[in-house]
Amino acid sequence: MKVHVTTTINGDEIEFLCPPEQTLLDTLRDDLELTGTKEGCGTGDCGACSVLLNGRLVCACLMLGVEAEGQDIETIEGMSEAGELHVLQRKFLEHAALQCGICTPGFLIAAKALLEQEPDPDETTVRYWLAGNLCRCTGYDKIIRAVQDAAAELRG
Amino acid sequence: MQAFSYTAPDTVQGVLDELSAHAKSGERAQVLAGGTDMLVQLRGADRAPRAIVDIKKLAETNAVEIGADNVFVGACVPGALLSSNDQLKALFPGLVESVDLIGSAQIQGRASIGGNLCNASPAGDTIPALIANQGRCRIASPSGTRELAVEDFVVDVQKNVLAADEFLLGIDFPRPTTNTADAYLRFIPRTEMDIAVAGAGVSITVENGRCSAARVAIGAVARTVMLVPAAAAALVGTSLTETDLVAAQNAASDAAQPISDKRGTAEYRKKVVGVLLRRAIERAIQRLQESNS
Repeated sequence: MKVHVTTTINGDEIEFLCPPEQTLLDTLRDDLELTGTKEGCGTGDCGACSVLLNGRLVCACLMLGVEAEGQDIETIEGMSEAGELHVLQRKFLEHAALQCGICTPGFLIAAKALLEQEPDPDETTVRYWLAGNLCRCTGYDKIIRAVQDAAAELRG
Repeated sequence: MQAFSYTAPDTVQGVLDELSAHAKSGERAQVLAGGTDMLVQLRGADRAPRAIVDIKKLAETNAVEIGADNVFVGACVPGALLSSNDQLKALFPGLVESVDLIGSAQIQGRASIGGNLCNASPAGDTIPALIANQGRCRIASPSGTRELAVEDFVVDVQKNVLAADEFLLGIDFPRPTTNTADAYLRFIPRTEMDIAVAGAGVSITVENGRCSAARVAIGAVARTVMLVPAAAAALVGTSLTETDLVAAQNAASDAAQPISDKRGTAEYRKKVVGVLLRRAIERAIQRLQESNS
């Protein structure tokens, strides 16, 4: 039996029906057509499905859709504002911090969560914070540099 | 049971009623906290339908109460909130570190002490720290709230004492005095995102240069996390010299009953768990020196 869920996603109030055992990730991708959030491992190891839940970084694959009831969720689709890329998105492009791009939305969401609580992270902090996001293309260096450069720009 | 169901009662009685109803009908029910273990299980080996009873809507399971004599940590408080609680970190630095060691920032956003304990893995990182700090499980049951020492809660690999109509509200601790410090250390082959090969938690109380109380628990070296009274006894009454620490180290190695698997051989784990304990004691001593200087 499907459960009726009311939640906020990227600032919009959303209602959906979902089976109790369905993950938030599948709800986002298959029912709400928010396919920017990716599925990598499906077991919380790769971080490709990172979203913000009430501002806190979580894996959408480790949450049920029904658990979104009454919560505030932010996905990659909510990151740019009024057609303008977020600084992190721009810096990922400038630093070529991606190749295939599957991990990128997760990295961007995770990096945003980091910079909101730590505006000036050193390299070690960035690397440890992003340890839950796997990238098999870049070797991470460009991602770390992009995040630190974005942090510098955000600090002004 | 033919299908999944989901409820998220907002009172303790509501959860107990749900669990009792399922226990009576014989339907399988599973209590959901942060879900970081449960959802992996749901998508892996154990896909059978069940009634999911979410306990995250309860005030009790989300509470952190720091009182004059007692500290309570709700079963569902996510690691990220525990790590950002400076008062809790000052009282139980080792316990908070044990939480923070689990998984990534994403996992910390959901994973809880209650879930880690109920999942009852031999390698659960918080469990040695909970035991070292004299944690007592606050369990909601149909006949009222009951208490149980954490070391008696886990009975075997992935098995805890909870009856089908009970659930864990959280953990109570005696508030540590300024003479008490804890520490937890684990060994993994890399620095992040792995499961303990061995772990050791300790809490020591030092008065006038002598250790007046100690608790030692070791993880990933037996079917359940073990309280090691012999290692604590090696410390109590001493002035915590190198010789005393080595005695505690040897007691922990002797108590360990590890298996050999891909993470390490039994022989290796026995040795490492002792070394970890010695270093954890050194860290706790250092904490006492820093906080009292």
